Amino acid sequence: MGAQRKGATRAEDSDELARVPLQAILLADSFATKFRPITLERPKVLLPLVNVPMISYTLAWLESAGVEEVIVFCCAHSKQVISYLESSGWFSQPNFSVTTIESHNSVSAGDALRLIYERNVIQGDFILISGDTVSNMSLTQVLQEHRERKKKDPNAVMTMVIKRSKSSPITRQSRLGTDELFMAIDPNSKQLLYYEDKADYSKGVICLDKLLLTDNSSISLHNDTQDCYIDICSPEVLSLFTDNFDYQHLRRHFVKGLLVDDIMGYKIFTHEIHSSYAARIDNFRSYDTISKDIIQRWTYPFVPDVKFGGNSATKLERQGMYRASVVQSRSAEIGPFTVIGIGTKIGSNTKISNSVVGEGCTIGSNISIEGSYLWNNVTIEDDCKLMHAIVCDGVVMKSGTVLEPGVVLSFKVVIGHQFVVPSYSKVSLHEQPIKQDSDEELEYADNSSGIGEPSCTVDKSNGVMSSQLSEEQSQPTDELGTGGVGYVWSICEGSHEEEWRHSIAPIPADKLAEAMQTTEDDLELITQDGSVLPASGELKPDCIDSDDDDNEDSRDDSIDFEKEVEATFLRAVHENIKEDNVILEVNSLRLSYNKLFAECAGAIFYSMMKLALETPHTSASELCNNAVSIITKWKKLLKSYLNDIDEQIEVILTFEEMCLESAKEFFPVFAKILWHLYDKDIIHEEAVLKWDDEKKDADDSDKVFVKQSEKFIQWLREASEEEEEEEGGGEEEEGNQE
Amino acid sequence: MDFQVVVLAGGASKKLIPLISKEVPKALLPVANRPVLSYVLELLEQSNLKDLIVVVEGQDAAVRVGGWISGAYVDRLHVEVAAVPEDVGTAGALRAIARHLTAKDIMVVNGDLVSDVPPGAVAAAHRRHDAAVTAMLCSAPVSGPSESGSSSGKDKTKKPGRYNIIGLDPTKQFLLYIATGAELEKDIRIQKSILRAVGQMEIRADLMDAHLYAFKRSVLQEVLDQKDTFQSLKQDVLPYLVRSQLKSEVLLNGAPQAEENGNEKVNFQKNQVMVSRILANASTPSFHEFSGLGTNDSAPRTHKCCVYIASNRKYCARLNSIQAFSDINRDVTGEASHLSGYSFSAQNNIIHPSAELGLKTTVGPHCMLGEGSQMGDKCSVKRSVIGRHCRIGSNVKVANSVIMNHVTIADGCSIQGSVICSNVQLQERVVLKDCQVGAGFVVSAGSECKGEALAKKEK
Repeated sequence: MGAQRKGATRAEDSDELARVPLQAILLADSFATKFRPITLERPKVLLPLVNVPMISYTLAWLESAGVEEVIVFCCAHSKQVISYLESSGWFSQPNFSVTTIESHNSVSAGDALRLIYERNVIQGDFILISGDTVSNMSLTQVLQEHRERKKKDPNAVMTMVIKRSKSSPITRQSRLGTDELFMAIDPNSKQLLYYEDKADYSKGVICLDKLLLTDNSSISLHNDTQDCYIDICSPEVLSLFTDNFDYQHLRRHFVKGLLVDDIMGYKIFTHEIHSSYAARIDNFRSYDTISKDIIQRWTYPFVPDVKFGGNSATKLERQGMYRASVVQSRSAEIGPFTVIGIGTKIGSNTKISNSVVGEGCTIGSNISIEGSYLWNNVTIEDDCKLMHAIVCDGVVMKSGTVLEPGVVLSFKVVIGHQFVVPSYSKVSLHEQPIKQDSDEELEYADNSSGIGEPSCTVDKSNGVMSSQLSEEQSQPTDELGTGGVGYVWSICEGSHEEEWRHSIAPIPADKLAEAMQTTEDDLELITQDGSVLPASGELKPDCIDSDDDDNEDSRDDSIDFEKEVEATFLRAVHENIKEDNVILEVNSLRLSYNKLFAECAGAIFYSMMKLALETPHTSASELCNNAVSIITKWKKLLKSYLNDIDEQIEVILTFEEMCLESAKEFFPVFAKILWHLYDKDIIHEEAVLKWDDEKKDADDSDKVFVKQSEKFIQWLREASEEEEEEEGGGEEEEGNQE
Repeated sequence: MDFQVVVLAGGASKKLIPLISKEVPKALLPVANRPVLSYVLELLEQSNLKDLIVVVEGQDAAVRVGGWISGAYVDRLHVEVAAVPEDVGTAGALRAIARHLTAKDIMVVNGDLVSDVPPGAVAAAHRRHDAAVTAMLCSAPVSGPSESGSSSGKDKTKKPGRYNIIGLDPTKQFLLYIATGAELEKDIRIQKSILRAVGQMEIRADLMDAHLYAFKRSVLQEVLDQKDTFQSLKQDVLPYLVRSQLKSEVLLNGAPQAEENGNEKVNFQKNQVMVSRILANASTPSFHEFSGLGTNDSAPRTHKCCVYIASNRKYCARLNSIQAFSDINRDVTGEASHLSGYSFSAQNNIIHPSAELGLKTTVGPHCMLGEGSQMGDKCSVKRSVIGRHCRIGSNVKVANSVIMNHVTIADGCSIQGSVICSNVQLQERVVLKDCQVGAGFVVSAGSECKGEALAKKEK
């Protein structure tokens, strides 16, 4: 005993001796495009947040939390980041070393971590954070928890920091403009068991593996927490990224990958913070929210009147007003919760409230600025009106211009006289890149100089301007009123409905109502049919009598297979994977489950129909349209499994079964969809006719669908008979001639 | 209390064969020498719930149960016995007696419940929240397979272990999710909309639905009328109500009824209700109201599904399998002896004064020996229940068993872990281990059985 104890203390001693400095990896690139067009010219981490670049908040917090070594990973605009770090003195802090790693070909956090692993600079547990995080939490407790867990269970590789968000479901979703997050956590060990952050999976249900409950007798599911994107990681995390070279996104790939993978058994834990602040700037809306939090001092000590990391001191006045030395006209009114930077001039009768104005701005008279963010050296001439806008450095607004809510003006844009910029517009001197990267999360790492040449290819919408463009590159357009300079970016498809969610403008009431409505629609989808969860294709609870029971075991395998195929298909749909790749994947599934082509076809068709069912629809015809569009889109995939008439029949039978059991919504449109399948050349007429023949001897209940499609079959038969007749007639004639 | 109680006493459960027979329906199976139904009836009586309808499957069984009740409870309870056809399911049974239901709230309880959780507390929780349904949950027993098994006997035998998967809100007052029956074997599917509304949900696998529900009558009847495919309360009606709680369909067509029970008010004047609640410092508004407040126009109708969670110390078990039958008999004479209603002797057992014991016969603690039973010499009885008027010879060993009435056991028998029904005759030197012997069966001399079910062939 005694010896053991001695050994233990000695081990602890050696632990103590081998103590490595606390390290942090700071990703100075968000690998996202949410802040475009601004991020085309300046990296996101250098965007001013209440007049201080975001990265300063992160670094200042890391320093105060006792981190000794920060490795800043720079990718896009790396030179700008490094020169900022130099000029602001972060490289020369005592007891706080900041080093940079530069990369020009990393397109994701995964790439970044793989590169850092290669460099071999991480010695122990480290904090993984991105450079757009604002926090004032203390790391002591979470680090200790992490280390203790690690001692007991070497598989506990990561601790995520989470925070309870507001209690009302509406604010919860709208506050930071982030996607909805669902997490399942073991209430005792705080282990993370499930993580779903993509709200687009508009399934109305969360699917938890039943195995989760065999280990834990209770799980708590959260919709009311936010992920702070502050992770305490063990060094294994880096090697995991290297082992799984396809991990890109920290959450979507890494966290979910670890949760799904039960072979290695790595575990992720959570740490909930209560009174301290932690949030990440993910989009314009969170930019707005976090700016306000800073002004309202939730992030103390990182507030405008406390000096940290190179901000200029301002003075806090009453009503949350911060003013540096400002030249201000007597009649100018500065409202509550406003920050005004040094050297800014404000004219008479100008009203500013709930806004941040940077340094060296010139603001004329009779201007109203409400809820907006003006960066440095902005010039605003008289009689302008700004509502909930972001205005970058060097922008000139000529007199009488109006910015409607949600406008973003990128660097040095000029808005012409009396011009009204419509809401949610984004204006930049750079043209919108025409080809959107298929993976919206990945931003191209720009050249080291930061900005590429403004491309000369012209968007269709700007086609008129092309001639002007070739003449004068520096004055790209005058679509911003007389004297205006800049391109108005068209809002790309798909993101349009998301625009209001991410913009800094307050969410219009009707959008909110709409959002609530969609959640209700989800609900409707589920409750439509009293006893069934149609979206899930679940067994009807009513029919669990006995008949399904005996063959359940034998069906397990095929159910697994169907699930796998469905998951593959859904992934393909959501991530736009090419058909060929999907076919490859399904083929490998087919081999591993030892299935026939017919079963593949059935399973794929099943997942298609299920997807159609899950796409919101209000009427049967709309549902039919959904189904048809999905079928048309993935025709090739389906057809590659339909070489044979038997396989086509299998599809019809699968469909029949669905209509009867899991997806009764299709019942009324069976014939229609069948016709479309025929029309799209997916199912040939022989298959339909053979199906009809097979059903001839079946009992009536089995024939409902044959009856429903009677007309169509009739038509097919007539058509084929006609053909035959023609042929036959010809022969006869020939015979006659003989 | 304006509660009507429906006791679903069931009929012939396949899982309990050979213990039950035409003569002994499930409700009359003895637990510590009293019909199991008496435990429920007395529990209800203690909570002053005396307006009962006992529903029995099958006419014959109904007559027998009715006969016993009128004998035992004639002046204590107001009991009606109704017969329903067999295999209609619990929901079907309620449909059949719907016209007898008049009270504002209905409590539905299974006749096979042996518990000391006061139903009055469930009723109070139901009333406090103005809930559409309130279910009683108790902690799942550590061992013994007894999942599922509505009285209709429709359910198949389940692998032991899992009872229910239940989702609760953080205050543990509302039921947000319940998986029963076949769903238990699948992945857990939680509706996001409910999770959104409540923010946090706790999913528990260690709770068991005790089959004691309080329903709002209007809601119950509405559901039963509209959803004529619903068969089981537990597997159809309750999950349906839980699923649709934020988008209630049940009150849409029942406006007049709803108005009468005050729910309409909640929907139309939610703001006032909330304000008044806060002022009155009553229970804090539940997420139902918040989610209703979200949209001003056409506020979605909600109804509440509540739970009453019995404390760990309470006893709660359902007699729905042979294993459960043995367990409950053992518990009621053992650790949950307060349920039996008898007073135990100093030796911690109950031997009826009229019982006769031979020389050197020992009856251990936690045993029961019924009226007029006789035992020969040198017998030993451990942790067993022996019914009335049994004749037991000499050198008989009985352990962990239940012996019903009028059983004749000849000399030298050894019975372990078995259930012997009424009027069985065991001849000399029979050795039974983990067996069930159906009523009236004769086990011939010297037979040795292990783990078998012995019964007369059904005509």
